[in-house]
Amino acid sequence: MSVEIKENQLIMDGSELIIESLARSGADVFIGYPITPANLLYSNSLERFPSFFAAPDEISALQWMCGFSTTGKFPVTATSFPGFALMLESVNMAYMMELPMLIILVQRLGPATGSATCGAQGDLALLTGAISGGFSLPVISVSSMKDCWELSHNAMKMAIDLRTPVVLLTSKEEIMTLASFAISQLSEINLLERKQYSGAETFVPYKTNETLVPDFLPVGDKKNQVRYTASTHDQKGIIQNTSKEAIDNTKRLELKHQKNLKHHLYYEYDGEKGANTLLISYGITASASREAVKNLREQGEKVSLLIPKTLLPVAPEYFDIIEKYNKIVIAEENLSGQYRKILFGEFGNKKVSGVNGIAEMITPDRITEVVLSK
Amino acid sequence: MELEKKKFLTDADLPFCKGCGHNHIAANTEKALQLLGYDPMNVVLVTDIGCHGIIDKSFLTHTVHGLHGRSVALATGVSAALNNPEKKVIVFIGDGGATIGMQHLIDAAHNGFNMTVVIHNNMLYGMTGGQPSEFTPAGFKTPTLPDGGKKTGYDICKLIAAVEGASYVCRLEGISDFSEQLAEAFSKKGFSLVEVMEICPSYGVKSNPGMKLSKVIENAGLIINKFVDREVDNYKTEVKTEFRSLFSESDAIQTKFPSKLEKPVRLMLCGSAGEGVQAAAEFILKAGITSGLNGTKKGSYPVTVGVGFSAAEIILSSEEILYTGSPNPDVICVTSSDGLEYARKTLANMKGGKLFIDSSLKAPDTKAEVIYFPFRERGGAKNSSIYSIFYFLTKTQLFPMDSLLSVFNENKIAKKFDQDKMFQALNEPFVDGLTDNKKVIV
Ligand SMILES: Cc1ncc(C[n+]2csc(CCOP(=O)(O)OP(=O)(O)O)c2C)c(N)n1
Ligand code: SF4
Repeated sequence: MSVEIKENQLIMDGSELIIESLARSGADVFIGYPITPANLLYSNSLERFPSFFAAPDEISALQWMCGFSTTGKFPVTATSFPGFALMLESVNMAYMMELPMLIILVQRLGPATGSATCGAQGDLALLTGAISGGFSLPVISVSSMKDCWELSHNAMKMAIDLRTPVVLLTSKEEIMTLASFAISQLSEINLLERKQYSGAETFVPYKTNETLVPDFLPVGDKKNQVRYTASTHDQKGIIQNTSKEAIDNTKRLELKHQKNLKHHLYYEYDGEKGANTLLISYGITASASREAVKNLREQGEKVSLLIPKTLLPVAPEYFDIIEKYNKIVIAEENLSGQYRKILFGEFGNKKVSGVNGIAEMITPDRITEVVLSK
Repeated sequence: MELEKKKFLTDADLPFCKGCGHNHIAANTEKALQLLGYDPMNVVLVTDIGCHGIIDKSFLTHTVHGLHGRSVALATGVSAALNNPEKKVIVFIGDGGATIGMQHLIDAAHNGFNMTVVIHNNMLYGMTGGQPSEFTPAGFKTPTLPDGGKKTGYDICKLIAAVEGASYVCRLEGISDFSEQLAEAFSKKGFSLVEVMEICPSYGVKSNPGMKLSKVIENAGLIINKFVDREVDNYKTEVKTEFRSLFSESDAIQTKFPSKLEKPVRLMLCGSAGEGVQAAAEFILKAGITSGLNGTKKGSYPVTVGVGFSAAEIILSSEEILYTGSPNPDVICVTSSDGLEYARKTLANMKGGKLFIDSSLKAPDTKAEVIYFPFRERGGAKNSSIYSIFYFLTKTQLFPMDSLLSVFNENKIAKKFDQDKMFQALNEPFVDGLTDNKKVIV
């Protein structure tokens, strides 16, 4: 049998799709510190972004990004756990100041330096608690080449719309594995812009309307004084200890995410009629799950698949889906089932089981086995 | 110091203890900016965490109040983004912040980012209760250092003066009117730094009763002077306006050949770093795509470039490829002992398929059909992987040899490569010396 694929294909990796997508979306600057397996994002940005900075360390990288973001530019970085750990305090700062930016986190095997060239999905538990005080740091996860293209843009849009740092969660394989890909699969990317306040009244940096997201003006604005602060502050951006106005402002940081989540909710749900089992998977393991579901269905088994892409904050829509099933299987490449615990807690749930492991990609066969187990 | 009208500070009281040196710096900054005729909207004040840092609420300029020790890095971003020397970026930082964030000071000076850093050196951590910093001079007591420091503190002016990119460095005693010196620093292009020696009455004076600031400075061997005043190129941010897309339709691979592939094939190449494994894998991937197939290639290697194993998993399929791993490959080519070690686990799990293995190695127990071939001997170590993919295609004929040749010939490796020799070597019978009943493999 001779197979014909009509369209000519390119050989690409996820890093190219992500960086090209972000560049076309209008990202201004990449600020990076090298770390495997994020280095392709670094080198592609050097080629493609309007401005590029090689920071002397990851704390600097995040601080420089914050500086850029206060002036209205959109900064991007890419790192892996060791670098992200150094960035954490500054990510909290960006969160408190409400500075849009994108951090591409390329997961690798830990703990510590671990194995730099081995993929993993081990950072979600860190991300869910990353913001001190129980606030949501948005995490968008890619699970295909197409996601690299579309979700990079969407993650950037989320960062701008909600004025927040956003983590684009990937892993070594999604960034580095080469694959054939037809350009016609790529949707048009439109330019994103950071809207500036143009009201007649004096600008109040942290005053908000019903969206709960404050208007923006860059530092250096000619007319209005602009203040940013990472300390607890009132609407004017002035440090307060625990005044009601200031604490309301701090609480708003979470409320704005809850309120606007529906506009930034991305997931794939492939529900099969009559299925009792729901398989949930994200990131690199989503591809194994897709294959497992395909194989299972070929064998006549009924199974549904949910691939959450907006991983955090967790959307109530996911629980609406989960509730329809008697058996839930969650596959992810870490030791203890991090997303499983985020969804169901340490206490767990009798109808929930996990497919977990480290140091190698979870296989479709292992997933199939757990799906079929009684 | 008298000012007719405040332009940069609000009328509210400053947020510091009575007699705190930080008060003088705020007032002198107001005066210096007035001397230079600045518009508050052209000034961005970036403040650190510490007593000095809460001054932001008193300023009428743009203000950014960040983290402990990171203000200079934050200001670097602001400065590089504004990319406009008309906008004055000023950093207020303490000796504590300068201790924890020293890297940022050196880096900003090194690159000549436009900013003036004003170090509020009260020789201790004021905000947290008077613990010593690395700037605390020998003999200077603090509440947690009742016998005084044993070592001389950092001489930040000497340190930064040693950084070539700094345009202006000076130390001054923060009493009375030092606005002209501040104004001089503010007016410099690039990176300027002023260290203001001052006292914290709440902790410094209490721990060192009767202390005189000038005496402490003298005892510490710190010189009150200008260390650097020179013309230095300031940092200019490059903003490109023309780009080439990372990929375009013109890079697409033409489908030129038919393929006989009926089900997906998973191939694994296992060899050593520096022996062309990844390149060979890309040739096969491309050849498959030239033959109208979908393909993926996942590489595996240790962090050390150039030593150890190098492996690649290639999947070719007429259908969409979902899972990119190959726990059960159809074919494994092993060309070195590093590669064999890496392949062991996979080989043990294989339920069939083929293993093409270099004849210098001994195949482990596996259900795969084992075929020995002297890749290394006939092709040399460097070409062993290339030999292995041509051998693979000769044996499996999964797609036309022409497709691999067309891809290979486009590459610069091909120029120095003796193809005739390879084909002759691949087709020459090989007597397998490792199995008991010596098999001739063709
Ligand atoms: C990362 C971090 N570590 C520690 C602290 C606690 N802390 C707050 S201010 C400060 C020292 C302040 O001293 P200095 O910078 O000299 O300023 P001063 O209070 O003397 O004006 C420290 C250690 C912090 N805020 N952040
Ligand atoms: S504690 Fe010391 S440094 Fe802090 S405001 Fe008071 S006098 Fe100034």
